[in-house]
Order: sequence, then structure tokens, then C-alpha cells
Amino acid sequence: MHPITDMTQLKEIARQVRLDIVEMLYRAGSGHVGGSLSATDLLVALFFNHMHLMPGNPCYPQRDYFVLSKGHAAPALYAVLARLNFFPREKLFTLRQFGSSLQGHPDSRCTPGVEVPTGSLGQGLSVANGIALALKLDKSRQRVYVLLGDGEIQEGQVWEAAMTAAHYRLDNLTALVDRNRLQIDGRTREVMSLEPLAAKWEAFGWHTQEVDGHVIPEIIAALRSCSQVRGQPSIIIAHTVKGKGVSIFEDQVKFHGVAPNTEEYQQALAELQKG
Amino acid sequence: MGTPQETVNFPVKESTRVEYGKALAKLGEEYPNLVVLDADLSGSTQTARFAQVFRERFFNLGIAEQDLMGTAAGLALAGKIPFASTFAIFATGRAWEQIRQTIAYGNLNVKIVASHGGITVGEDGGSHQAIEDLALMRILPNMVVLVPADGPETRAMVRWAVTYEGPVYIRTSRLPFPVIHPADYTFELGRSHVLREGEDITLAGIGLMVHHCLTAAELLAQQGISARVLNLSCLKPLDWELVVDSARRTGCLLTAEEHLSAGGLGDAVSEVLAEHHPVPMKRVALKDTFGQSGSPDELLKHFGLTPEHICKAALEVIGRKKRG
Repeated sequence: MHPITDMTQLKEIARQVRLDIVEMLYRAGSGHVGGSLSATDLLVALFFNHMHLMPGNPCYPQRDYFVLSKGHAAPALYAVLARLNFFPREKLFTLRQFGSSLQGHPDSRCTPGVEVPTGSLGQGLSVANGIALALKLDKSRQRVYVLLGDGEIQEGQVWEAAMTAAHYRLDNLTALVDRNRLQIDGRTREVMSLEPLAAKWEAFGWHTQEVDGHVIPEIIAALRSCSQVRGQPSIIIAHTVKGKGVSIFEDQVKFHGVAPNTEEYQQALAELQKG
Repeated sequence: MGTPQETVNFPVKESTRVEYGKALAKLGEEYPNLVVLDADLSGSTQTARFAQVFRERFFNLGIAEQDLMGTAAGLALAGKIPFASTFAIFATGRAWEQIRQTIAYGNLNVKIVASHGGITVGEDGGSHQAIEDLALMRILPNMVVLVPADGPETRAMVRWAVTYEGPVYIRTSRLPFPVIHPADYTFELGRSHVLREGEDITLAGIGLMVHHCLTAAELLAQQGISARVLNLSCLKPLDWELVVDSARRTGCLLTAEEHLSAGGLGDAVSEVLAEHHPVPMKRVALKDTFGQSGSPDELLKHFGLTPEHICKAALEVIGRKKRG
């Protein structure tokens, strides 16, 4: 059952994860729909094909680690974790409610499968580096994956951590950037330019690849080739569309941090159900 | 009793930061999971003593305190016992949100041992003197906050911190302090000690001010006043029963610290007494001001943190008690 290698099946999982995200956010009445949908295919490729995991056992000692540095994409992560039987799927629909184990942003203290508390941007790569250093000390073959938002890279700490990963030759770490080109206040190129993004990471000593972040076989191929790199950390800049999968959400700044209303919700369901 | 000069009462001096470095090097043998991180200040914080012995378990993050805290958090998540060190002002100021969001919020097993606390940093001046670190750490849920008064207490606290599961902040200092505890001193969380019995006032200090409170108690004794002296080195969780009991016994209380009066020991004690047993009290501390360059002695005099200042403040508080 795990890992899943059939691309049609992975695509179908991604569709179902997107349906769950829309349902969760509609019921919660708030949350980040755009960045959850843009990250969905990356998470599906990682969790259902690439990462070494034990479905049903979030504490499996030999697992690969995942850090969701862009913590606002929590709904996408939760939908994936539920599908791996880390907790019952019904819990998804308690998202953001008082007393729920699914907090608005990832909280490792209450959600099985969430390794690191995130939500304040720019901090996840440092934590991933620390995990990678520990795994190296233990001479473990486990790997660390961290998903960064593109706007998040504007935080200075990311570049501190970029230097650290290269300095300590953390070849057991792969970062992914969800390059959806939008942030809360507008387009990244208007708010704070990021380009040339790949050249920046290369200059910092990283093995850098670029992929279409919605083509699962392409993502998987990049993840595999990054695992073969020795002596330096890897980063995959995944070109994505914010709100991917629902036409009215796609590439819309407005849908960074709002939940769909009833009309939008119904349209989203209709589009996603068609597949 | 002899004259209240530290050379007579406590002839040996030790630096809390040096004792921290030595303790790490020793504990590294016993705990293979112990790792140490620094941000380009390993000579000053004394973590270099560990680095020299356990090269592969020491990580210099460069001048990057935010990354320092995040990396320490990751090491803790993967089962290591990280000690992260830099100057107190950078650890708690520059990286406060990293400590808050990842280490404290996640209740992670990270030990932050920050050197150069207080104004006795001296000549480097106000930019390098941490006078708000205790407030910044004390307000964080899950965080334990400790301020050793001397070498033996530093060694005991570091040894305790290795076995405690959860975030801890320990403030060390640049200046060597007189040794007031026995070599076999052990530390217990939430438990503080009476160093001198007395009836007329309680003098409660942390760090170097513990010694200054003891000296002040000698000076007060010469005037026929008996002072109880507490070392409240465990700032959080505070030994509130000892604080309340002392306030009951002596009827008034004074706190002394190398820190702003806002948010530090004085406020921690005030909070307890205001709720449980209000008595006349005074906080000997820096008042809404930053530090400056100078020798430690000059600065202690300028900011009113000498035994003589403590005496004067004590007499004023005792006076209020009598009027009351």
C-alpha cells in the first residue's frame, strides 16, 4: 500500500485532499485556501510516494521528518496526515474549533504527525537543519524535508539557515519552495522581489532544481535525484498556482487567507468532483 | 564576625560562565546525546571548552542567533540535548520570537545558557548589557528561568538541566562572583534557600546581588538590624512559599538584581506578595534606564546596586514597616 507508485492513483489522492481542504475550510469559516491548494501536489508526492513513513504510526522511529515551514498550509498537511491514518478523518472537520486537535497553525503538541510547531514564518528551515544535524550524528539514513512558502523566503532567518545547511553539508535535507508568486499583500514581485530565486540558492551552496509543482511525476523525479546528491543540501523550486484546482481561487490574491462562502464552496466542490 | 569585606567572608571567586563551560565539558562525557551550539561567541560564553573535547557535537552557527535557536530546537526534536549559548542580550532579544514560537510553544528540550547578563558586563556598554532578559524569559509559558549566584550553583544547575525534560534559560555573567555555596551544593527546581537567618527584613537577591545582600546583612547587623537573606536563583518557578513565609516572619522585604525593575525578580516577588501577603517592599534594580560603559564597580555604584545601597534601601523599608 505504501509507497504508492501509480501516478493515476496519486493524482486521485491529490484530488481528494483538495476536496477535504475545501470542506474543512468551508466548515471552519476561516483559513488559508490558496496556499493549501498550491502545496497539495507537493505534499501528496512526498507523503504518499517519496518519504519513508509508516501509515498509522506517526512515531515510527525510522521515519523521514517533514517540517511545514509555511504553517498556514496546515489544512493540506492535516488532510494528508488523516489519509495516512495518523488520526481519524472526521477530525479534519473540527479544524480551528475550540478544543480541536487541529489548530489553526500546526501544533506538534496535539496533532499526531506534526513534528514541529510552525506558523510564524521563516523558522522551519533552521529546525529542519537541527534535525538533519542530529540524524548525521546518529549516522542515520533518515532524511528531512521542509516546505517553504515563496513569500516566507523574505524572512532573514531563512538565509541564515541556508548558510548553515550548506556549511554543514546537509545532504540529508531537501527543501521545497511552493513558488505560487502571491503573498497576502499582492504579487511577490510587487511586494518584495525574490528573483533570481534559483540563482540565490545556488549561490548559497545548494543543489537547486525547478519543477512544475502540479505534475506529480516531475516532483517525484526531482525528490529522487535530490536524495542522490552528496555534500550539499538540495532545494526544489516548485512553480505552482495559488488556489490550484478551483478556477475561482486560482492566482487570486484574495484567496490567500479566506475561506470560501457557500456559493464559492459549491462551485469548488463541483469542479473538484468532476476531476 | 569579621568585617563585611568579601575577601574576608568569601575569599574565592569564580565566574559563572567559566563554570558553565567546565560543566559542559564534564557532562559531555556522561551524556553522549548532549550537543552544544554557539553563535560566534564560544570563547566568551565558554562553550569552546566543550568544543575542544567534543568537536563533532559542537555547532557554531555564526552570527545568527535566530538560526541558533531554531537549529537547537531541531536537534532537540531528534532526541539530542542541546545547550545553546550566546550573550544574554542576543539570545533573549534577537531570538525571542524563535524561542517563543518553537522552543517554548513546542515545550522542546532546549537549554539556553546565556552569558553576559546584567551591567557588570562593563566596558562594552549598554548595547551589550542584558537588563531585560529575565523579564523576556519569565513571561514565556513552559520556560524555567535560573540565575546562579556562584560557581557551585552554576555547576549544580547545568547538571540538573541536562536531566530535566523541557526548556530552560540560565543566565551567566562575565564578572567572577564570590563563591558562597559549598562545592557539593545541589539544585532542586522551585526550591530556594535561606542563606542567613534574620527577623527585621528579608533581603532577596539573584546572581551577584546574593553576595551583596549577604554583605549588606553584615552592615545592617552592625546597626543592630537582623536581616534574613534569600537566594531566589530559581526565578521561575519561584519558591513562593519561601517568599511568603519570609515576608510573614520579617514583615518587610527587599529584592536586588542586575536587571530592570520591570519584569525581573522584584516584579516576580511583588506578584506573589501582592496576592498572598502584602508587606512594605522595595526593588533594588535599574529603573527604566539602559546601561553604559564603565568598570563593573563604577556601574554598580552608578545604578545603586552596591551593598551600601541595599542597606540604605533596607532601612527605608523597615521605616515604612514601623510607620505602618
